[in-house]
Amino acid sequence: MRDNGFKKLNFIPVVVIAVLLLMWQAACRFGWVPGYMLPSPVQVVKAFVNDFPLLMSHAKVTLLEALLGLLFGVLLGFSCAVIMDAFPIARKGLYPLLVISQTIPPVAIAPLLVLWFSYGMAPKVVLVVLVSFFPMAVGLYEGFQSVDPDMIKLMRSMRASQIQIFCHVKFPAALPQFFSGLRIAVSYSVIGAVISEWLGGFSGLGVYMTRVKKSMAYDKMFAVIFFVSAISLLLMAGVSALQRKLMPWTRT
Amino acid sequence: MREILTAVNIDKTFEDKKVLENINVCLGEGELVSILGVSGVGKTTLFNILSGLTKPDMGSVSLYGDISYNPDNFSPKDIKENDDAYEMSTESEKTDITGQTGYLSYMLQKDMLLPHKTVIDNVALPLILGGVSKKEARTRAREHFARFGLEGTEKKYPNQLSGGMRQRAAFLRTYLCGKKVMLLDEPFSALDALTRKSIYEWYLEVMGNAGLSTLLITHDVDEAILLSDRIYIMKGCPASIGGEIVIKTDKQRNHAFTLTEQFLEYKREIEALLI
Repeated sequence: MRDNGFKKLNFIPVVVIAVLLLMWQAACRFGWVPGYMLPSPVQVVKAFVNDFPLLMSHAKVTLLEALLGLLFGVLLGFSCAVIMDAFPIARKGLYPLLVISQTIPPVAIAPLLVLWFSYGMAPKVVLVVLVSFFPMAVGLYEGFQSVDPDMIKLMRSMRASQIQIFCHVKFPAALPQFFSGLRIAVSYSVIGAVISEWLGGFSGLGVYMTRVKKSMAYDKMFAVIFFVSAISLLLMAGVSALQRKLMPWTRT
Repeated sequence: MREILTAVNIDKTFEDKKVLENINVCLGEGELVSILGVSGVGKTTLFNILSGLTKPDMGSVSLYGDISYNPDNFSPKDIKENDDAYEMSTESEKTDITGQTGYLSYMLQKDMLLPHKTVIDNVALPLILGGVSKKEARTRAREHFARFGLEGTEKKYPNQLSGGMRQRAAFLRTYLCGKKVMLLDEPFSALDALTRKSIYEWYLEVMGNAGLSTLLITHDVDEAILLSDRIYIMKGCPASIGGEIVIKTDKQRNHAFTLTEQFLEYKREIEALLI
């Protein structure tokens, strides 16, 4: 029953998007909006197809930056969460820093990172690490803390070591938060990589964006925007698939 | 009957509040003894001390006889035959376990099954924590599934089981801790009345067959009378043992017993003591 209802509702966003695209196409077709300001969806698709090989080579760079940054971000966030969970003093010291670090807009520090790490891949990866580690650290820490104290008591009565308590109880209990953190971190990581490419670099989707903007090629601009959001969506879907695979007890 | 566990002169103060004062309890081999008291009186604190999770300010907890117990040998024992008169254990067999965990099996009100582990892995957890390989732990745990009424649930997750089944799985996990003394902290109170009734009889049978001794926390007078050989009444602030009642009956411990005049007699006596 529930499944059926879900499927019934599933096509609604598709319909909404299709209607919006049709309206957009109509607006361009009948000249309600000047063509140089807003390319039609068909033009965008054409631009995407024409530039496909170029987009792919840029995407490779951006994805590599995003995934490298994500990897280090997850590792850093994980270590931070473990330390904060194990030592209350570390939590007191680190948590405010974590929150403050999130109030700094990535756009503001990206030029600094370029200054420090030059125009290569390094400043991009560092920025992605900075934006992705926070959701991981906070999510995991809260997951570790969500464990029922009675469960820990029971484990201790069975003479479990701290490491055993972590492996058998705390880490698995934090998995839902781990995955919601990861979903956020994944989308941040792509955006972070693109933003840092805007501010200096030789390749990547952000570099492509600045180039087509300068040449006023709005159709290509739209194509790359949709492409970037499609990449984010795909990565997030990947995380969800991984979660279903690794947390079989949540499927009933 | 030999005594197996004693707690002598236990005192405990948290910050400025004294919660336990001069508590003395003992448990005989094969006995089921209840600690009855209103909620919040300090029953769980006492259990935390007995299990070694909390250190008492004063007093000691001791275990008598052979400490280790092999849960794989599941054979009926007639330990209740030579009843009455406590045989004092000799000093040489006594182990001081004050403030040390891992000597008693402890079971809580909530079943505390880990949602991410299958039933068999949950149940085998004490073995795995003790260093047994996963494969062997599973094999050893599986042998007890039928006896605990859990056959067919091995590969299920706890959220796919009913409350009674989950509690039985928790019992099996506690049992596989391999300790002769079970501390049960209101393990029946989360169950519905019908499930509880059947699990009472089931537990007495399992306990008798396995030669276990049980200390049970409860705030339910009927439950205490139905299950116990003896009942300690815990009351006051700081809490102390305010009475001890021996339940003697030749009747079977089942629902019919709860309807007898004798049962009501005990109930009146206990309720007078509780006030």
